[in-house]
Parts: sequence; C-alpha cells; structure tokens
Amino acid sequence: MFPLHAAGFVGYISLMAEHDHDHDEGSHLTEMDLRVRALETILVEKGYIETAALDRIVELYETKIGPHIGAQVIAKAWTDPGFRQSLLEDASKAVSALAEVGRIGDHLIAVENTPQVHNMVVCTLCSCYPTDVVGLPPTWYKSFAYRSRTVKEPRAVLADFGVALPAETEIRVWDSTAETRYLVVPMRPSGTERWGEAQLAKLITRDCMIGAGLPKKPSEVA
Amino acid sequence: MDGVHDMGGVDGFGKVEPEPNEPVFHHRWEGRVLAMSRAIGVFRAWTIDTSRYAIELLSPSIYLTRSYYEKWFLRNQSLLIERGLIDADEVEAGHALRPGKNMSRGRFALADVEKVTRRGSYGRPAPAPARFKVGDRVRTKNIHPTTHTRLPRYARGHVGTVERLHGAHVFPDSVTTGKGEDPQWLYTVRFDAKELWGADADPKLKVSIEAFEPYLEHV
Repeated sequence: MFPLHAAGFVGYISLMAEHDHDHDEGSHLTEMDLRVRALETILVEKGYIETAALDRIVELYETKIGPHIGAQVIAKAWTDPGFRQSLLEDASKAVSALAEVGRIGDHLIAVENTPQVHNMVVCTLCSCYPTDVVGLPPTWYKSFAYRSRTVKEPRAVLADFGVALPAETEIRVWDSTAETRYLVVPMRPSGTERWGEAQLAKLITRDCMIGAGLPKKPSEVA
Repeated sequence: MDGVHDMGGVDGFGKVEPEPNEPVFHHRWEGRVLAMSRAIGVFRAWTIDTSRYAIELLSPSIYLTRSYYEKWFLRNQSLLIERGLIDADEVEAGHALRPGKNMSRGRFALADVEKVTRRGSYGRPAPAPARFKVGDRVRTKNIHPTTHTRLPRYARGHVGTVERLHGAHVFPDSVTTGKGEDPQWLYTVRFDAKELWGADADPKLKVSIEAFEPYLEHV
C-alpha cells in the first residue's frame, strides 16, 4: 500500500472543492447531484462498478441495516442472561451467532448501563459508529457539536436530547478512536417484567444504544 | 496532524440538534456517494485509514463548511485520481475517456455487495507480547505528527488506566505513511475528567480512548 502523497493530494482535493464554491444552496444541491452522477458514470464506463450493485448498497442501508438489529440484540440480552453474558464478553461473536441477524463485522464491544454508570459513545476524530448493528450514523452523531462536547460536557449534551441523569451517576464516555465499535446496552425499564423480546424491542431506540438517550417508557409503546 | 478534524473539547459549536424521523439519506446523491465509497473499497486502492487521512487533508474552511457526504465525495474523487483509477480530464468531461486499470478482479457486482456492507477486520497477529496490562497506569505521549494519527489532542500527555486489551490491530499512523500495517497492541485507556479538563471538570465523568501501544509509556 503506497502512501498518500499529501502535498499533491491537497492540491487536487482543494481544487475539486473550489469547483463549486460560489453557488447558492439551491443550485449547489443540483450541482452535487450532477457531480456525483458524473463520477458514477465514469466508474461504470471504466468497468469498475455495476450500477445495480450501487442500487443494492443504498437499498440495504435504507431498509435492512438499521437500529432494529440492535433493538433485537438488546431485547434478547434483557431476557436471556446467557446471551447477555456472551454479548458482554464478545459482542461480535454473540451477535453473529443470532440467526435473525447473521454475521457482523469484528471488534464490536457491548457496554452495559447500570444504576451507577451511564455509557455514551462518540468519535471525536471522524464518525466511527456501530453501523453493523445500528445502521448509518444520524447527522447529529457526525455534527461538530456532538463530536466536540461529548468528551468534556456530556451532561449538557444529554440535556440537548432531553435527558437528565442524577448527579451521582457516573458518565462513561467511549471515544472510538480505533476500529473497535461500541454498543450501549441500556437498562431495562421497570414495569416490563412480563414482556417478551418483540415487545421489548419496541422500547429500544437508536439513541439509547449510543447512550444519547434512554429507552422509551412502557406507557409510550402500545 | 493537528487538524480541525480533531474536535474533542473544542468550544463554540453550539447545541446538538437531533432531527426527528431523520431519513437515512437527505438527498439521493448522498446514498450514491456512500455506495461508491463502499464499492471502491474492493479495489484495495486505499485503506480505511487513508480515506480518513484524505478528509483530514481538506483545508479547514472546506472541512468546516461542507456537508459530511460532500467531503466523502471530494475524498473519493481525489483519491481515485491520485491512485490513477480515473483522470482529471474525465471528471471534467463527465465521461470515461479511456478504459479502467487494474481490472484483474473484475467489476464490482451485486455478488460483492455483502462483503462491503459488513465492516472489515483490522485485528492482526501480535508481533510481540503486550507491554501493558489491565490496571496499569500509563501516560499518553505528547506527540504532534504532521501525518495521520489516532491519538486525539485532548488526550495527549495525560495519565490514565489501561481498562481493556483488544489484541494487535493495523496501526493507522504507519499504514497512511507507506510503512505497512505494522500491527500494534490496542488498549482502552480511561482518564478521569479532571486529568483531561482540570479542576472544574465533571467529578463523575470518565473518558476513554482506544490507544495504540506506541502512543503510551509507563508512568
């Protein structure tokens, strides 16, 4: 693997970016449509990629790879102590063994909230996120505000999500600076003792699996 | 590099604004950019670390003002040119002007999709025993390489505790500078917030980073 020739590369990428710098927002979006379409055309014409394969990737992320996967995993952890244990020991292995999910990528790590500790996940350097089990990251996760503030003032960030934790609760922030990916196992809400996995899964939001939220209240789920 | 991408602890970016019922993509082109990024991966023309480094090399004014997927697009197009897979005159023309290169693996097709929608594996056999163990007190080095690193500025020169070992992984600092994968032990190192942010920090906050062994020294 040869290195990126940084100086030359900076020239290219800056030139590319300056290409459309004086457009207003409306035509800018159209401009992006055109430029992306042109690049796709080039890659298809040169024989690198098949359009149908790109269509399929988009479809997978829009319909198949999303927070419902993580919700199933958490609901199972809440109801099956053996699975919970395996999940906390090796999340990639435990999740990949679930027939309803199938093989996911390596280095997934599950961290559990308790009455004493609340976990939050961030990537201060880019946008590392447990995509295999939660889907693509939302815009807020990639925002400069979330990336900058979470490691310094997570309680204020939680307040932006309408979440207030007791002052004595420890906040444990995981900055994803390598290829490990963190999934938060939230606490099971009280009043759900008789609930089955499918019903519990409805309480589990994307945000609570990143630690930016809490599960829904039982009364919010019909 | 000490770039604007290294945002941990920077003030002034305002509130976090979650968008209710946010769509996966806000514009059709965003989905195409994501799909192209994944598809190009199979050609192994660059690694995930180089793709991050390429975005860090955007000028601060562009990094701070362009949308997430626009930066991805700029990165893809520029790396494709840099690696010789496409040419600048083709981008200008909006069409291919010559055949593709390095086509021995064949075109990226439907059958390849599953490979690229699951994360790759970055674990590698360890070249040597780990220098640190869980519970060790370690200090992160005060380093400022001008090239890619995954040691964020806010966590440099601070004392923390090794909480987890993750085995050896591809070392981003090395692979992005042409020195090969050079696998290194990876640790979760946990810091008290006061160590990072001073006496006024949240007394009940702990922050961890994933630290490669060369970033660490014994206290």
